Order: sequence, then structure tokens, then C-alpha cells
Amino acid sequence: MTQNSVPQNIVEIDNLSFGYKSRMLHQGINMVFPRGKVVAIMGSSGSGKTTLLRLIGGQLKPNKGQVRVEGQVVHKQTRDGVYQLRRKMGMLFQQGALFTDLSVYENVAFPIREHTDLPESMIHDLVLMKLNAVGLRGAHQLKPTELSGGMGRRVSLARAIALDPDIIMYDEPFAGLDPISMGVICDLIRTLNDALGATSIIVSHDVKETFTIADYVYFVAGGTVAAEGTPEDLRNSNLPFVHQFVHGEKDGPVPFHYAATDYKAEILGFDASAFENTRQQQA
Amino acid sequence: MIRSKLLTSAIRTLRNIGSRFTERIWRMGAGARLFGLIVVSSGECLRRPRLVVREVYFTGVMSLIIVLVSAFFVGMVLGLQGYNTLQTYGSSEAIGVLVALALVRELGPVITALLFAGRAGTAITAEIGLMKATEQLSAMEMMAVSPITRVLAPRFWAGVIAMPILAALFCMVGVLGGYLVAVPLIGVDAGAFWSQMQASVDWQHDILNGMFKSVVFGVACTIIAIFEGYDAPPTAEGVSRATTRTVVTSSLVILGLDFILTSFMINI
Repeated sequence: MTQNSVPQNIVEIDNLSFGYKSRMLHQGINMVFPRGKVVAIMGSSGSGKTTLLRLIGGQLKPNKGQVRVEGQVVHKQTRDGVYQLRRKMGMLFQQGALFTDLSVYENVAFPIREHTDLPESMIHDLVLMKLNAVGLRGAHQLKPTELSGGMGRRVSLARAIALDPDIIMYDEPFAGLDPISMGVICDLIRTLNDALGATSIIVSHDVKETFTIADYVYFVAGGTVAAEGTPEDLRNSNLPFVHQFVHGEKDGPVPFHYAATDYKAEILGFDASAFENTRQQQA
Repeated sequence: MIRSKLLTSAIRTLRNIGSRFTERIWRMGAGARLFGLIVVSSGECLRRPRLVVREVYFTGVMSLIIVLVSAFFVGMVLGLQGYNTLQTYGSSEAIGVLVALALVRELGPVITALLFAGRAGTAITAEIGLMKATEQLSAMEMMAVSPITRVLAPRFWAGVIAMPILAALFCMVGVLGGYLVAVPLIGVDAGAFWSQMQASVDWQHDILNGMFKSVVFGVACTIIAIFEGYDAPPTAEGVSRATTRTVVTSSLVILGLDFILTSFMINI
């Protein structure tokens, strides 16, 4: 899937570098997200996957390169321009991010009330339709605290699609869910994407679920795109990092141990290798 | 060797003091900037007054019990202490004036503001801090809704509206407490109590000045609470520290501002 073969990319990330003072997270990342597809960004925890979503949403500004949404460079927009772009996006946060002081119904109605002047009867119908799409029409009177993790995420999904966005971004949609909820969310992502004609961007590290629904996958490691391809390509990939990640191997290019000083020296309180050398010389 | 160690530690101490000082200045600047942003983004509150009314309920109405009960006790204590002192000079009828002036000029606005900081200020900080920690503010931003317009501005105006009303109620109930102690309990003449109060409490110099103080405290308390919540690190520890800072900073700012305002209001 190169840029030439896909004429319509709704989001394009071009030579993007981003980092904080102490550490660069991304260095020269290139990605394209074709219209109507489900594209996944995968990688280890802390590899900056969520940050990529925030860069697409304009919550962060890149140090170098650019993110284009519908052909518009996100970080060059004014505040109003970014808000206009965000109206075309829906985002599912890892923790759901439901407003705890509002009911399920009001949570889903929130973006509709904020951005439209629709009459209450129409808002009512829209909210119930969205909740029905995620199977929670019957729970519309509940408070977010009364929902299970999976239900909360489905409500959050209903809120994300309330204004029929062109792009739906999912931040770790499967994290911490039981197998049934995981299957439900997995199915919903694909179904809603196809029904709404939207483009979905999934950030996840759950290989099995993501590979089931994604059309294309990017692997992020070491601040760059380490590998990309269809789930089938990546499953058969011989690249060491991809192999370790897809098959969940403990050790490999991503080491088991965090960088640390010499183990013996730290435990014994002195440089053990120097001690060994002296002992050998004495012997 | 010892001298150089001493020098190093002195420099380190100086650097610590300097960095803390500059951090405070930075925070004050950030707070002032947020204040400006809130004022600029307040148009939505005028268009949708329901947002502010809801917050007035949470900050003002929910603070009523603590404010009124405190006012009652403060008024009664003022009655007792005032009578005790005034009796020495044979002017116990002036108790009404003493209670009213103490409440309207000082205790009403100041104690209400301190109670408000403890009751409503902490609630605002914790709520905004937790909204930030649970990504609710981020979610709002991603929905193209500004949290400053939708969350911060209504809370700010609610605080500014609620504080003078609470202070006025505090004064009213305080005077009632003072009356109950002075007149039915001690036996001061009711007519003297009220008439001296009416004659001595000036509309402009006492009541308006007191109201002005409570509006200033309302702005200060609410902006501190909002800023601390909005600026809190999104962790349990961060929110708890921010809540503590709200009470400490608000209390100091209220007392400091009270001195400054009083010094402008009193002609010596």
C-alpha cells in the first residue's frame, strides 16, 4: 500500500518528529490512512502510539514534519481551524473518558448539544440510535459509574460517533476487557467503520484482535515505523522485532531488562569484574 | 576543602530558593493568563446561563449550611465578647453596632471566603483535577469543545456570583446570632440594639465596601481553585496536593487582600 496506489488518504503523516526536551519519541515517521479503511498502529507500551493520535487531533505540535487531515496541515491551523477539523473526528479514549456527572444519555447527547441547534426530540432519536448501534439503548438512564468497563467503552464509542465523524480514533480499545467485551468492541469497530463509511485508526498492542479487523498495520518501534503491511504479511514476517511482538516472545530486540548498571556490582556493592581479575592474577 | 564544601552548599541553597521563587512567579503568570482566557471565553456563559446556574447551585447553595451555621456561632460569640467589653465602659447598648460593623466590614466577607475556599474551592479543584486525570478534559477538546469555555468559565462566574450572596447571608445570620445572645439572653434593650445599629452602619462605607471585598475574594478564591485543578498533575498525588494548595493559597491571599483593601477603605 503505497501513497500512489491509494488516491484518497484522509490522514497523512509526513516525516514527523516529535519529542520532549529529554527524549525524542518519533523520528521521521511516515504513515498514510486511506479513506474507509481500518488502520492499526501497533508497538510496545511507551513507543508513542497514543502521542501519534494526539498529533493527528492537534493536541500536540510536531517538532518537525507534518500531519495532514483532509489535506490540511493540522499544526498550522488556527484554534478555530483545529476545532473545525476535530468536528470530523471521533475519539475513543483508553479510560472511556465519560463525563461522570452526566448520564449515559447526556454523555452521548453532549457533542450534539454543543455543536448543533437540533430540537430535543431529534437529539433524543439520534442518541437512542447511537446507543442502539452499540447495544446499550436500554442503559441510557444509567450513570457512567454504574457501567462495567466494556459497557463504558461502548458508550464512549457511541459518543465518538454521535456526529457521524469521518475519522474515528481508538486509543487501546481492547485494554483491560474480558473476552466477550473484547469481541463486541472488535466487531463494533469494523461494523461502524463500514456502516458510517468512516476511517478508523486503532492504537493497540493486542495482536489477535487488531489483526482480525485491521486492513493495514504499522509497527512503531525506536521512534520510527519498524514495519508495515497487511496483518497476513506481518504474521509471516521474519523481522526480529515483528516476530517477537506478534508471537509475544519474552526476549528479543526488545530486551527483557531495562537498561541498568552491572548486576553483580549493584548487588555486591563493588565492581565484581575487577575483583575477579585480581583474584585470577593472584592465583 | 571545608570552605569549598560550604560554598557549594550555600550556592545550592541559594539556587533552590531562586528556583522556588521563579516557579511561584511562573505559576502566578500562568494563573493570570488563565484568568484572562476565562474572561475572554465567558460569552458562552451569557448565551447559556443554565451552565452558570448549575454551578451556582454546587458552589453556592451547597455551601449554605456551613456558612450559615458558622455565621450563627460567630454572631453569638461576638455578642458575648462585645457585651463583656462594652459593659466595662457602660455602653452595652452599642452591642448591635459592634456586631453589625464587625460582621459587615470584616468577618462576613473574610470568614465566608475562608469557608468557601474550604468547601467549594477544594471541590472545584478536585473535580477539575480528576476530570483532567480521567481524560474528560482531553475528550472535550477532541470533541472541539473548549474546556475553558465549557468547564472553567461557568465555575468561575458561579463563584463570583455566589460569594457576595453568601457573605450577605453570613452577615444577616451573624447579626441574628448576636441579637439572640444580646437581647433575649443578656437583656440588652431591643430598641437600642436595632436603632444604634441602623444609625451607625453606613450604606456606602460599611455595606458596599464589605460587598466589594467579598466580590474580590470571590474572584481570587475561584480563580485559585480553578487554576490549581487545571494545572494539577493528572495523578492521585497531584490532585491531592493541588487541593491542599487551594486551601493554603486561598487563605493567605484572602487575608493579604483583606489587609490591602481595608487600608484603602479606611481613612486615617
